[in-house]
Amino acid sequence: MWDYTEKVKDHFLHPRNVGVIENYDGIGEVGSLACGDALKLTFKLDETGKISDARFQTFGCASAIASSSALTEMIKGLSLEEASRITNEDIAKYLGGLPREKMHCSVMGKDALHKAISNYRGEPEKHAEGQIVCECFGVTDLEIKQAVIENHLTTVEEVTNYTKAGGGCGNCHEKIQEIIDGVSRTPTLTPIKPVRMTNLQKIRLIEETLEREIKPALKKDGGDIELVDIAADTVFVKLKGTCASCSASQVTLKHYVESKLREFVKSDLVVEEVKS
Amino acid sequence: MTPIYLDNNATTQVAEEVLEGMLPYFNDFYGNPSSMHTFGGMVGTQLEKARQSVAGLIGANPDEIVFTACGTESDNTAIWSAINSSPSKKHILTTRVEHPAVKNLCEHLSKNGYRVSYVPVDRKGELDMKFLTDHLSEDTALVSIMWANNETGVIFPIEEIAETLKKRDIVFHTDAVQAVGKIPIDLRKTPVDMLSLSGHKIHAPKGIGALFIRKGTKFSPFLIGGHQEKGRRGGTENTASIVGLGIACDLARDHLKEMNTTVKRLRDHLENELLRQIPNAIVNGKNANRLPNTLSMNFEYIEGESILLMLNEFNICASSGSACTSGSLEPSHVLRAMGVPFTAAHGSIRFSLSTRTTEKEIDFVIEKMPTIIEDLRKLSPFWNPSQHPSSLHLW
Repeated sequence: MWDYTEKVKDHFLHPRNVGVIENYDGIGEVGSLACGDALKLTFKLDETGKISDARFQTFGCASAIASSSALTEMIKGLSLEEASRITNEDIAKYLGGLPREKMHCSVMGKDALHKAISNYRGEPEKHAEGQIVCECFGVTDLEIKQAVIENHLTTVEEVTNYTKAGGGCGNCHEKIQEIIDGVSRTPTLTPIKPVRMTNLQKIRLIEETLEREIKPALKKDGGDIELVDIAADTVFVKLKGTCASCSASQVTLKHYVESKLREFVKSDLVVEEVKS
Repeated sequence: MTPIYLDNNATTQVAEEVLEGMLPYFNDFYGNPSSMHTFGGMVGTQLEKARQSVAGLIGANPDEIVFTACGTESDNTAIWSAINSSPSKKHILTTRVEHPAVKNLCEHLSKNGYRVSYVPVDRKGELDMKFLTDHLSEDTALVSIMWANNETGVIFPIEEIAETLKKRDIVFHTDAVQAVGKIPIDLRKTPVDMLSLSGHKIHAPKGIGALFIRKGTKFSPFLIGGHQEKGRRGGTENTASIVGLGIACDLARDHLKEMNTTVKRLRDHLENELLRQIPNAIVNGKNANRLPNTLSMNFEYIEGESILLMLNEFNICASSGSACTSGSLEPSHVLRAMGVPFTAAHGSIRFSLSTRTTEKEIDFVIEKMPTIIEDLRKLSPFWNPSQHPSSLHLW
């Protein structure tokens, strides 16, 4: 029996925005015939840079078709910046939930959207980086790791539900378990990026990220970090312990602290060191 | 609204005669057939009558029939019995297209010291008979091959295989769950050693099956317990269901001709019309000897679960060997073994008819299917008939 919500059935039986936009601004294609599902997404921007039209074609089961239809509805009217923040969970939520074993359908929607945005921006197509773990469906270790982190997956079965990895011959189950174990050993904060943040929210999030993501890593090497001030999008910090005298501290700041803050708080934050 | 039920290879409706015959055994004649008193003993008499009916359908002797709980139990009993009866032999031969009841047990045994050979099938769905004979050896404890495939309906040459194995004195079990009641089976002429059948595929209830064990075949029980079934299967008999299975077997015997004339004509009509009206489609096992009630088709560039869900909207019940319906992510092992082209492998659908299927129902399906397929193809990024000439004609 199908454990589909009324909304999934509605979007499957009456799919919105089917087709391909002729003069599209961005196109994203994921999946294949051999894999059993595939999605082609095109969008058009208006003069203000917002998505004015989005269309899809999908080969796959009912939930794949419904997820694609939902996605096109969700992104209309959004800027690319806003659209790029849509996660597979958002797609599933929009549909009132998807059966666990069908979550990969919503992941396919998110992937196609990101590809289409990259295509519009002229960014090189992100090839599946890393090493292939699941040969049946061509899923890499990095893709599995990302799915595990983003969706808090804890079992091989869940990874299969979200990425398809391990759904064929099953030879890679051990490797998938190793990836899950690796992730669970390094506790991480979920990247939360609210669309609009108040200054207070931003400051709190910066503090939280420093405490939970950055300090523990620096302390491992005998260093520490102190938040001095925040002015607009510039974060002033003071390095302590071994970090203060370390000649590589600039590298530490630029490459580590800044990237972490950008990942978890805001993508345009700049970090500056304050010398005492 | 009663559904248009075209999923009879999955299960069937209990026949009115069967239900009526069973009811007294729940509260009027509830005695235990093993009891000494007349009240229980008379139930035992009815079980023997049912045993005769089951034996009659397949050309066996009544004492060669053991009642079980299902087809899976019959299969498991037969396989364990064969390997336990010849503990020194460590080889099993089966096919790539067996039902999970046999397939998964063989896979389990292959991890526990047994060598298992899987006979491949060709594009038509037919067995590679040379592979079969080439892989038999002195070490072969058992050959287990289904009589007819549940997904495609392809019938395997069980008579021929049984003769070959008899000459070589190798134990032969056949899972005939899909074949019984659909094609004539006469075990007086076909020397198989063990045969599994299931009640709910022939209008008896779920939870009852039987295993034929030819007289003289070495046997060790699967369920060890009381002396029921002459010690071949412990456990108090499922009396009402056994009575029901007996009636169902009598009915199946009466309906065998109808199955191979009326039902077959309806199936052929459905098949021909769907092929005529829908491009880029194939019938699995089209050129093989097939069960008269089964139609397995694959459609290019669309996915089977979507087809099923669309049919469901019209209250039409069918099934699919596609990945998304089975909980796995790959198409069924049967279609993969046949090498169905990847463009069509995910778009499978199975209609299985019964003697209860009407022409009106088939016409309704013929009316709805072309639109369903067309609508789904309109959604598919791969569907463009002008750019994608079907590769299926080459197949």
